[in-house]
Amino acid sequence: MADSTPDPTTAGRTVLVVLDRPDRGLRSPARELLTIARDLGEVTAFAIAEPSQDALAELGAYGVGHVLVADIVGDSADAHLAHLTPVAAEALVAAVASTGADVVLLSSSFLNREVGAHLAHAIGAGLVLDTSAVSVGEQGLVGDKRVFAGSWDVSCAVTTAAAVVTVRANAVVAAPAAEPVVVQVDRIDIHPSAAATATVLVSRTEHAQPEGGSGRPALAEAAYVVAGGRGTLGDFAPVEDLADALGAAVGATRDAVDEGWVTHDAQIGQTGVTIAPRVYIGAGISGAPHHRGGMQASGVIIAVNNDPDSPIFEIADFGVVGDLAEVLPQAAQAIRAHRG
Amino acid sequence: MRIVVPVKHVPDIHSDRHLTDAGRVARGSDDGTLNELDENAIEAALQLVEALDDGERATSEVVAITVGPADADAALRKAYQLGVDRAVRLSDDALAGSDVFGTATAIAAVVRRLEADGPVDLVITGMAALDGLASVVPVLLAAELGLPQLTLASKLTLEHGQVEIVRDLEGVTEVLTAPAPAVVSVTDHVNTPRYPNFKLIMAARTKEITVWDVAAVGLDASSVGDAGARTRVLASAPRPPRPDVQLVTDKGEGGLALADFLIRNDLV
Repeated sequence: MADSTPDPTTAGRTVLVVLDRPDRGLRSPARELLTIARDLGEVTAFAIAEPSQDALAELGAYGVGHVLVADIVGDSADAHLAHLTPVAAEALVAAVASTGADVVLLSSSFLNREVGAHLAHAIGAGLVLDTSAVSVGEQGLVGDKRVFAGSWDVSCAVTTAAAVVTVRANAVVAAPAAEPVVVQVDRIDIHPSAAATATVLVSRTEHAQPEGGSGRPALAEAAYVVAGGRGTLGDFAPVEDLADALGAAVGATRDAVDEGWVTHDAQIGQTGVTIAPRVYIGAGISGAPHHRGGMQASGVIIAVNNDPDSPIFEIADFGVVGDLAEVLPQAAQAIRAHRG
Repeated sequence: MRIVVPVKHVPDIHSDRHLTDAGRVARGSDDGTLNELDENAIEAALQLVEALDDGERATSEVVAITVGPADADAALRKAYQLGVDRAVRLSDDALAGSDVFGTATAIAAVVRRLEADGPVDLVITGMAALDGLASVVPVLLAAELGLPQLTLASKLTLEHGQVEIVRDLEGVTEVLTAPAPAVVSVTDHVNTPRYPNFKLIMAARTKEITVWDVAAVGLDASSVGDAGARTRVLASAPRPPRPDVQLVTDKGEGGLALADFLIRNDLV
């Protein structure tokens, strides 16, 4: 049998929050994780990259008094080591040992799910992925999540002493702590094992920001998303126009990616980016199951399509039957006028 | 060359998917199917074998394996239709309720049992199962087997015992390499799975499926199933249906209606 359920009355729960690239500042998923973590116990932040001054200041504002920075020490001058998920997991194993953490929270990217799985495997922890809420109660640590393309709610209790949880973006509204604190930075040297470095990262190329897209939020973490499909006929200008009026990220269907109209990074779906923004607007998208699986957990769903029988209208809160090339620019203009 | 492809029997994503009272995915023979993303893994394995010269090809084998009750044979029959050489199912009451760790432990035991008959060069999986969508079983399998991992491949090559993949994820393109044997997961961009031909469809009906229980693969029953699970489903329920869509037909003011919907719901 697995370990018995931890006693919820046990004080002094330590929560380790994994920061993604804090050398580039804190991003909204990190703020959301820190907000959740504060309600679960004493928070320590963990990073493999050195946090920027801005990131440290923001950690203080979120009430995080302690940051543990892992320094990956390789045999070679291999700058790529930290990008291997087994290596990142070994760094976290050491961080859990050094902090005595009971709970580890990560944002829900593909790579973080791998890191979390390796970590949980190594320390015998329970793993709950893609949660929308995390709580501690009579049942110990509980993660709530949506399954089957957002059509079912499931609550999972972790039955081991330690828990590793990934949290999807926009799960909560981030809020700083009531009182800011001073942040202490500690460092830990990590010597990755041969097993963790058996895979070699030969090259790593960051994609250029799509043209005009540098000011847009990242798709995976955006609170607003405007997505285009086959119905755009390859012209994403109306989609981008409405996205910019709303401060939204631009997404797309698999079809639009395969046609080469947008980059692979924009693909929403079960095999692309899974999103749950506050508002999703789909234009020229019929609503195939694979796309729906990647966006159906969105807060408000709006669809624009010239076919009134498109399946996407079945899951939409609001829909316009019409030509997206007419509807989207008009909506963008009205929103800009409203915002002044 | 010997390639093992773990596959999963999942509810069709077009069907009315649901959980049982115990919080497990309801799997029936009626609406169950081979996890679509596993077809890419099978295709990748077949292409690697088909690229070999005739001599090597004659001694090569692609083995599809799955974990589950007899209904899961439907997934293995589909794998036979696509052209795998052999199919194995691990079946035991002790496996019911396995979490991702139990699943990886069980698959690893089957791979090790297959290794007893001869070396395994590669394990190739799909990037995720379309029911759970956890996508972590491949790396847990690599950890269990002590093999290098190469995940989310959109390109895959194997030359001189070295596996190389290309992957695109979250704004980055990476090239990774590791010596075989290794565990590789492939995305739906890696290839286009073939359609089964009539001859293979007919032959798949009667091909043998090897069935092993946990004892046959040397698996400790307490490490899998409910007994080995580290999480427990407390509650599960279908979400209430969304209210009916408010549908507006554009007669020149559709965009204004859209903006108005956002404004009056305090969404801008």
